[in-house]
Amino acid sequence: MSCTSGAQVDETPCIVVAKDHNALVISALNDAATRLGFEPGLPLANARAICPDIAVFDADDVADAQTLNAIADWCDRFTPLVALDPPHGLLLDISGCAHLFGGEAAMLKTICDALRRQGFVVSAAIAGTAICARTLTRGRSGCVVAEGQEAAAVTALPVFTLGADDAITRGLRRAGLKTIGDVAARGRHEIAARFGAEFVALLEQALGARDAPISPRKPLPDYIAERRFADPVATDTVIVATLSRLAQTLIASMNRDGKGARRLEASFFRTDGAVRTIGVETGLPVTRGDIIDRLFRERLDALADPLDPGFGFDLIRLAASRTDDVVAAQRDLDAHVHDSDEVAALIDRIAARIGGSRIVVHLPQDTHIPERAMLAVPAQHHVAAATVAAWPARTEAEPPLRPLRLFAQPEPVEVLADFPHGPPAAFRWRRAFHRLALIEGPERIAMEWWRLGDRDDLTRDYFRAEDSDGARFWLYREGIHRREVVSFRWFLHGLFA
Amino acid sequence: MESARSVFSRDEEAGRRRVMAGFGPATVGSHNDHASQHGSTLARLRRDIGRLEGDGLSFGGEGPPRVALGHDEADATLQGGLLRGALHEVFASGAQAANATGFIAGLASRVAARRPLIWVRQDFSERENGQLAMSGWCELGLDPRAVVTVRAPDIEAALQITADALACDALGAVVTEIWGETRYVDLVASRKLTLAARGSGVASLMLRIAASPSPSTAETRWVVRAARSPPRSSWQGWGAPVFDAQLVRNRHGQTGQWIMEWNCDECLFRDALFGGPATHPQPVAAAPADRSHQAANVMYQRRAG
Repeated sequence: MSCTSGAQVDETPCIVVAKDHNALVISALNDAATRLGFEPGLPLANARAICPDIAVFDADDVADAQTLNAIADWCDRFTPLVALDPPHGLLLDISGCAHLFGGEAAMLKTICDALRRQGFVVSAAIAGTAICARTLTRGRSGCVVAEGQEAAAVTALPVFTLGADDAITRGLRRAGLKTIGDVAARGRHEIAARFGAEFVALLEQALGARDAPISPRKPLPDYIAERRFADPVATDTVIVATLSRLAQTLIASMNRDGKGARRLEASFFRTDGAVRTIGVETGLPVTRGDIIDRLFRERLDALADPLDPGFGFDLIRLAASRTDDVVAAQRDLDAHVHDSDEVAALIDRIAARIGGSRIVVHLPQDTHIPERAMLAVPAQHHVAAATVAAWPARTEAEPPLRPLRLFAQPEPVEVLADFPHGPPAAFRWRRAFHRLALIEGPERIAMEWWRLGDRDDLTRDYFRAEDSDGARFWLYREGIHRREVVSFRWFLHGLFA
Repeated sequence: MESARSVFSRDEEAGRRRVMAGFGPATVGSHNDHASQHGSTLARLRRDIGRLEGDGLSFGGEGPPRVALGHDEADATLQGGLLRGALHEVFASGAQAANATGFIAGLASRVAARRPLIWVRQDFSERENGQLAMSGWCELGLDPRAVVTVRAPDIEAALQITADALACDALGAVVTEIWGETRYVDLVASRKLTLAARGSGVASLMLRIAASPSPSTAETRWVVRAARSPPRSSWQGWGAPVFDAQLVRNRHGQTGQWIMEWNCDECLFRDALFGGPATHPQPVAAAPADRSHQAANVMYQRRAG
């Protein structure tokens, strides 16, 4: 597919050039350029010599890939199974979808017309295997091959349409095999001996004798509910009402299989081709429509860039991309279970609003390095593990030995000590001077030398200190005097209550 | 007609005229009726206001409406303890953030009583004062398993999430940690939280760091700063956390100021001087004769580790 931007450009010959072996050669061109006799692979210098006033554009592979992805997004409205065939192709698995669009031929026409309206040059085909369809698009556009007719359809096409490597195509041509029919007529073992088994597989797929599945961009959701609109909708109320109805449908079909949704995706297909997908995750499998409603309402309210309907959405789809089995439990007698469900639902709602990584529970870690002693993990997935985690027990009748607030990055402080490797007497932190009245320490914490990143880290001597106002600090000095360092650097690592 | 007019005039004016108008029995009777009606109206209005303001006895959720802190005087002033299903505010200066965190952690654990606790923290506060360390939480005798932390990107989000969380009556308490002066926490916002808390019976605790008290609908408002550890023998360093807690607002009683200590073993507040001397004497170690310049601030040091 190539994009033409307006009629005015269409009149003048345009070429897109890319660098190939230190020479700029044509990689794509428009009809006007073709009429001048240009073809892909022609050096730019030759093209300029033939026609000095051609418009030349640099190839931009990244932008091409983005455009192809955007088209693939748009194609999601026809089937959930869309695969990229770089650099310019898309493969759609339309098994079981065609009747929704009035049959295969009508569907093909709908897709091609819509893409042409958006300014793309399209060549499309429908066949029993993906490779056969791809081969056909390089021959002629718009053909629909019936089941079992693949071989007949591709026989007359030239060998380059198979899309094999240039070397193989050239080799076939040199061997005098001009069309696919010529190649197919030879014995498979001859072809395999000369061009490899992969080419034989390609050939057989093109002939419909063998099939390989396409690899879609996104995994197929477990459950899908969607609604198409003859007139595009743009108002919030209709969108919310539609989502709510879709949720009911989705829940009904999941209930039949005893499933609940763990991840839901709502896709909004705009009339101009833009597609916006919004996902929510839940900690527990959801089995009620009103919960889905509420989660999406939270999510849509909190979007940094709100849903822009533009000229309206013509398709809204709700898909459950991850589901779990639901275990129906007796709730009434055990109020505690009910409570934990309520908390899980609250966590889901907050996660839908501000993101799952922002609501965390903590798990203990088996290490004595203070900053690694606890691990913050998303509450949605780990709330059950966190409620049974085994934290180290405190010593009875001891004052707190670890600070309540810990700095992620220890803050450097200037310390006055009576003698170099003595305890601190006073220190300055954030421009405030603290004279210490009580000191406990040192408590030596060595780094974990068996970990690769820690090998060069210095031992720390921690002091618990209270200043003359009663504020309590956790200070440490880095290194062991005369063994690791000559002069210390001091840090404030935490604050006690 | 005459008596009616006299009653009217007496109501308009007071004192001497009342005696003058007291001629007929009808007049006296009507006066008494009016007075009793007046009294009952006042009582009814008082009752209504009490109900509207919430006397703490009529909200959803289970458990006792008031939870004792453990500190006798404070509990007496609070008429039994901290009210569940209400908004309580704790203010502290930026330098006292950790101490106030400890205080509000104590309040939250008293009120929550082993039910889940949601701690909503504004991101900036984490950068400024550090994160909540669960090892330190353990050391205070509290249970880290019940804590769910929410990192709110800004104050608006923090308040919104707090209001959402307060609607869930499975929780024990919701702590909201906000840094700095802000216009978002006003009467409207605090009223919203108060109503949500009353509806579910979940305590809403607001930790305001580096902010000064402002009008709100809070049930109690505390200003907390660290107090020095009570003196101990020199081989003991410091003891449990000590708070200089000032109750500057109490909707249903007196205010006061106490030096409290958090007892990590029993998980309740105690008088800091419980069993100790009544005043804080200064360090008792003898001033070193050869270093007199250091005599002013003799330090206790306890060797450990």
